[in-house]
Amino acid sequence: MNLHRRLHTLAAIASLGALAFSPPGHAQITPPVKAVASFSILGDLVRQVGGERVEVDTLVGPGADAHVFQPAPSHARKVGQAQVVFANGLGFEGWMQRLLETAGFKGKPVVVSEGIKPLRAEGDKHHHSGKNPARSEHHHGDTDPHAWQAVPNVITYIGNISKGLCAADAAGCDLYRKNAAAYTTQLQALDAEIKAAWAVVPPAQRKLITSHDAFGYYAKAYGVMFLAAQGVSTDSEASAKGVAQLVRQIKKEQIKALFVESVADPRLIEQIGRETGIKPAGALYSDALTDASGPASTYLAMMRANTQAMTRAVQGK
Amino acid sequence: MIAPDTAVLGPFIEFGFMRSALFGCVALSLSAAPVGVFLMLRRMSLMGDAMAHAILPGAAIGYLLFGLSLAAMTVGGIIAGLAVAIGSGLVARNTLIREDTSLAAFYLLSLSLGVLIVSVRGNSVDLLHVLFGTVLALDTAALALLWGITGVTVATLLVIRRPLILDCLDPDFLRQVSGLGALAHYGFLALLVINLVAGFHALGTLMAVGIMVLPAAAARFWVRRVGPLIGAATTIALLASVAGLLVSYHADWPTSPVIVLGLGLVYLLSMVFAPRGVLRQRSVRRSHLRA
Repeated sequence: MNLHRRLHTLAAIASLGALAFSPPGHAQITPPVKAVASFSILGDLVRQVGGERVEVDTLVGPGADAHVFQPAPSHARKVGQAQVVFANGLGFEGWMQRLLETAGFKGKPVVVSEGIKPLRAEGDKHHHSGKNPARSEHHHGDTDPHAWQAVPNVITYIGNISKGLCAADAAGCDLYRKNAAAYTTQLQALDAEIKAAWAVVPPAQRKLITSHDAFGYYAKAYGVMFLAAQGVSTDSEASAKGVAQLVRQIKKEQIKALFVESVADPRLIEQIGRETGIKPAGALYSDALTDASGPASTYLAMMRANTQAMTRAVQGK
Repeated sequence: MIAPDTAVLGPFIEFGFMRSALFGCVALSLSAAPVGVFLMLRRMSLMGDAMAHAILPGAAIGYLLFGLSLAAMTVGGIIAGLAVAIGSGLVARNTLIREDTSLAAFYLLSLSLGVLIVSVRGNSVDLLHVLFGTVLALDTAALALLWGITGVTVATLLVIRRPLILDCLDPDFLRQVSGLGALAHYGFLALLVINLVAGFHALGTLMAVGIMVLPAAAARFWVRRVGPLIGAATTIALLASVAGLLVSYHADWPTSPVIVLGLGLVYLLSMVFAPRGVLRQRSVRRSHLRA
């Protein structure tokens, strides 16, 4: 009886194993091209152009911070198996060169920001005082890498991605060009949409305080003024002077929109809101997408969510 | 050069959050300093520190269930504090473990539970919010809570002051003549807990005990009797917290540690220069010898 049962168990395990290792019954078409994108926003763009033909892996996933990214062995494996690697460039992925060497990736990564006139990084003087080692990695040199915050730049990105995919997989080139053209139409519509959203806001009202320094391109493309939050930071506990400085700044500049979601204490932000009579606004997405259930799961959704949050906040809605 | 009255009054006139912080500090001084005096007289100053940590899991559970909600964190903190106070009291009275050990055991259980809950469910930034105070972020509801606690504390101290003083001086005598000893003891523990919760909202877990213990300790060098001790401790707490707010405003330093350090400074200076401090005591002794 006992032996019998044991044999049964063994048989069950064996059949399970066979199931796991057998190829799937109806053969799925495996994508011929393996691509790796450095961060989640770029991953979305490559997926839009590559469609079904390209399997895209991202190194810095949704919600993670590319500035403090530490490559792990699994990332090196992904890169080593990839046929084409996409990077933003402009100093955004300082870790990329070393990772490519370590992974034994042959060939050059496709730098999607090629052909874009870079902005100088203005945020540096407010933000990167070098107090915090994690923050000092956020140093991109002189250029501001967050070029994707202006939609026209992303149209350039798409052209570069399409070229890069064609070079890696000539057979799919027609498909990539078609996808790129279709997505570019969507991007142009998005650009017009963002401009229209800001058009109803008087220019004098188009200013807001943010604790991010990622919106230089957005500011230039859509005529919005971003001021850095003074006096309060995530790094340290707030002093009365710091809070007073921020309150004075808001009153002096007649700011209605405050996006300082990463500042230490939500209770403190509420207090500043009461003091100045403004309602603290929610989050802006700058460097990463949210996961599929979030409000910024794709590039298009991210830009819409940001624009809506900003235009609402500056109008005091 | 800023005029002195502008430097002192200016911040409070210009900013509502400074006024809120001031009202909060006044409430805390009126309530925590007298409790601290009795804590000192009962030689329970370190117990204050233990109880402050014991509050953490209650506040953490409240925080996890309802976010940074004043009511949830208050109720949670009070429940956890009272549970530790009563639990350790029962163990001390009914087993061979003494009061100090049983309190240490209970508060360590409580503290580790609190750290575990916050770390598993929240993130480290959240934990810092809970540990550090936000005297700069006191809103109307928090101020109402602080003043409510002050009212309850002052009223209760007025009612139980006689058995409380007697219990400090000669607990055995009180136990013989009446059953008020236990009432005074547990009533006082309840006051301790609600004051620590008040301090926790204003100054944070780590600093809440400071405004309780340090003013009483400093006052001890100035006066002897209970009434004057309470008056002196309250005055010291008031002055130091107002000074701490102003220093934090002008020097750009975080507020809670500045207030508690200010109290510590008053304590050290009192220890040296006050009538019952080191210098005077020595000169008194010398004049004795000469005579």
